Amino acid sequence: MSLYALQRDMRAWLIAEDDVAAGRLGADAAPGLRVYQNNYRAQLVACLEESFARTRDWIGGEAFHQAVIAHIDRVPPSSWTLDAYPRDFPATLATRYPDDPEIAELAWIDVALGEAFVGPDALALTVEDLGDVDWDRATLRFTPTLDIAELTTNAPAIWSALAAGQEPPAVEPLPEAGATLVWRQGLAAQFRAVDQYERRALLLARAGMSFPDLCAAMVGALGEEAGIARAGALLGQWVRDGMIVAIEEKA
Amino acid sequence: MPPVSFAGFGLGLRKQHYAEFLECRVAVDFVEVISENFMVDGGRPRQILRDVRERYPVALHGVSMSIGSADGLDGVYLARLRALVDEVEPLFVSDHLSWSRIEGFNSHDLLPLPYTNEALDLVCANIDRAQDVLGRAMLIENPSSYIDFAPADMTEWQFLDRMCAKTGCGLLLDVNNVFVSATNHGFDPIEYLDGVPHDRVRQIHLAGHSQGRELLIDTHDKPVPASVWDLYAHVLPRLGPVATMIERDDDIPPLDELLAELATARRVGGQMLAHAA
Repeated sequence: MSLYALQRDMRAWLIAEDDVAAGRLGADAAPGLRVYQNNYRAQLVACLEESFARTRDWIGGEAFHQAVIAHIDRVPPSSWTLDAYPRDFPATLATRYPDDPEIAELAWIDVALGEAFVGPDALALTVEDLGDVDWDRATLRFTPTLDIAELTTNAPAIWSALAAGQEPPAVEPLPEAGATLVWRQGLAAQFRAVDQYERRALLLARAGMSFPDLCAAMVGALGEEAGIARAGALLGQWVRDGMIVAIEEKA
Repeated sequence: MPPVSFAGFGLGLRKQHYAEFLECRVAVDFVEVISENFMVDGGRPRQILRDVRERYPVALHGVSMSIGSADGLDGVYLARLRALVDEVEPLFVSDHLSWSRIEGFNSHDLLPLPYTNEALDLVCANIDRAQDVLGRAMLIENPSSYIDFAPADMTEWQFLDRMCAKTGCGLLLDVNNVFVSATNHGFDPIEYLDGVPHDRVRQIHLAGHSQGRELLIDTHDKPVPASVWDLYAHVLPRLGPVATMIERDDDIPPLDELLAELATARRVGGQMLAHAA
């Protein structure tokens, strides 16, 4: 048997307990194959348990374990780093719990915080850095760890209560869909819920819209006075949160 | 260029002990870190590694190179490791004689190789590529294994000897792995230790193991047992300057317990080297 064929057979055994493939590896190989398969699955289980602690708290250990087993069967790991394996788990949860959207939303917070924790370093601007900015030509640049996901429930409040060891609130749908933001400020990963207006403003600004155009978009959505006030408030919030790393001034 | 020589005694750096390593001077000559834990873009892990590197020599020990993959090495992985090597300037860069990845599937385990001429050629080609990208010689660690593929063209220690001769790499000799594999596959660990290329050994791992249902398992969750200390005492006088490390990956005890084990390694090492002189 070639080395390539041997490695394909071991993969088949690890993923799906393919007895035919195992047989080709030798009659004496069975005890060892069981050790390797146990190691393979135990490592993936531990990875997901560590990455989704709050999601596990919410749905309970047994339900979480069943979801993990289903995920391992559905999504074999492909990256060189185990850090990548949790990324697809929220989608598995969304499929298993279509009527409980807070579960996948909690899982997204878990995984996004983990990714922000080891994301690229970037020095955030402070209020003092804004003194000489020509706002008529300004475009905001956001920290590379900023991530945004749609939000339809009070999952952030549930996550915070679970993290604090408190009784979580009951699930409530939001009156209007918003978003959860995750980013890293210094060395600490952060998150907060935002409404539809901040979500839209962030998506536009992150896509490269200039600050004056962003103000115009907010005016279009909220009216002259409220739109300008909200754009200014968002800018202040983003700076205080450490989300802005540069302001480009275009001609 | 052959791997550097370094004589000393170290520990694997684990999360539970970060604060002690950074807040006071721990009595180790070097620390070993798992490369992949720090092959991230930024954040606290990279900051911790920079701080540790200011205080201690560091060895990078990898678990994901998959040096035995039949479809070759992952270029993205190698580039990230090279960047870490450039930043850390480590004593050693090591990984295992094993494979983890095939055709886009990554087991994240150290899977065994058959000791055939085909596997030797493939492993040597992969080591050559890795050493070219890294710009330095690597250390390759002997694995613990639970399957003994037959028929083989050579023993594991013959494989290691030929691999070192063909690629110029060094050896990270894990004495516990020798004991585990010898027990599982029925070979003589003394014959193994006498058969490896002694002039290529640059680092030694000492660890503990557990008895599984059918096989001895390389669990790294217990103190170094007497059986492993005996093998260490046997092989040490045959080696040149070498770095010895206690490797604990599970049920991590307080740092003082690991330092006490390291003191045993220093004592055994001192006795054996004095006896050999």
